[in-house]
Amino acid sequence: MIPAAFDYKVAESAEEAISLLGEHGDESKLLAGGHSLIPMMKFRLAAPTVLIDVARISDLSYIRQAGDHLAIGAMTKHFELETSAVVAEHAPMLAHVAALVGDPSVRHRGTLGGTLAHSDPASDLPAAVLALGGTIVAQGPGGTREIAANEFFTGYFESVLADDEILTEVRIPTGTGGWNYQKFNRRAQDWAIVGVGVADGGKGISLVNMGSTPLRATAAEEALASGASAADAAALAAQGLTPPQDSNADAAYRTHLATVLTRRALEAAGVA
Amino acid sequence: MDVSMNVNGQNQSHDVEPRTLLVHHIRENVGLTGTNIGCDTSSCGACTVHLDGQSVKSCTVLAVQATGGDITTIEGLAGTARSDGSATGDQNWHPMQEAFQQCHALQCGYCTPGMVMAATSLLKENPNPTEAEVREGLEGNLCRCTGYHNIVKAVMSAAGGA
Repeated sequence: MIPAAFDYKVAESAEEAISLLGEHGDESKLLAGGHSLIPMMKFRLAAPTVLIDVARISDLSYIRQAGDHLAIGAMTKHFELETSAVVAEHAPMLAHVAALVGDPSVRHRGTLGGTLAHSDPASDLPAAVLALGGTIVAQGPGGTREIAANEFFTGYFESVLADDEILTEVRIPTGTGGWNYQKFNRRAQDWAIVGVGVADGGKGISLVNMGSTPLRATAAEEALASGASAADAAALAAQGLTPPQDSNADAAYRTHLATVLTRRALEAAGVA
Repeated sequence: MDVSMNVNGQNQSHDVEPRTLLVHHIRENVGLTGTNIGCDTSSCGACTVHLDGQSVKSCTVLAVQATGGDITTIEGLAGTARSDGSATGDQNWHPMQEAFQQCHALQCGYCTPGMVMAATSLLKENPNPTEAEVREGLEGNLCRCTGYHNIVKAVMSAAGGA
């Protein structure tokens, strides 16, 4: 399978990427690791006429301690997250979840910024960033803005990023609260049929593949905050959600999985 | 557009359409057919090569993305490549190739180039893996003949662990 023809441009800086996006409009697409975009282009589900390669912007590949959070450049690869001593110490959940994405060859290419911008509700890392209460930094022609992760995802493969914006940095609060990630799937290297992330002792609970975006399990979070037990809170994990149906699971099974996995994740995170 | 990269120690420059996949570039422009195309959807790992020392699935990398990069294919692993990058056929195997042969880690052989490239990348990152780590580390490479048992044995043997 070969993608439809496109022009290929290399951006050497975020500014150059923004200017190329402005020049080529919504027919253009940023290319990072390409492990979500290129398969979609091969299936002709996406056919951008201009690809702007941002993977060579070395200024966007870093992991830094910055006071109460880690600042991670958008072009940081999953492999770097899973092997970074700094991430292991200050955001161990992120390192753990990064190591569950795809397989090692995929993780050598995939980037944190790319997976967030792609906004796949079935992806692991967006859910981890949601549970951890991360902040996403986007840069556009008018400057940069900070977006709370729980305001970032707007729909199936859609985010608040404007056509001429590039995701530049992800900020993850550092903390020692209990965490856990439950990824339920049936085959090696597959996406989660349902996944649940618990961060900061249950203050953040996120769900994978339970709707059109990566989601927070708001009802369960609120119940825990009001003193409910882990089991009682977990029973509310899918409240108000409309999970997708596919060959792996119908909506009722996904709802069941979300409650069971949330209970397991809370218990493993040390939440009573 | 002009795409230059180093393949198995040789500089390769070709005029390439941007949509050309790295695996097609390696097979059709560079002329090295040891790298196989399997699923074509980044699932099976038959097309695994090293890009700048790390395993990648070359069906999901554009040739233009590898511009300026260092590619190693199965032909270049043993260090016996000819000046055009193809293998000489000399029995000067890489230890991983030797281990696959000794442990009978293949039947039809179709997945083998990708398995060997993924396994060498794995050992570079984790020189002394447990058997479980080898199985996890090769989860992106599918074999439909051997049931993986002898592949895992070969990788453990190459790592000096069995």
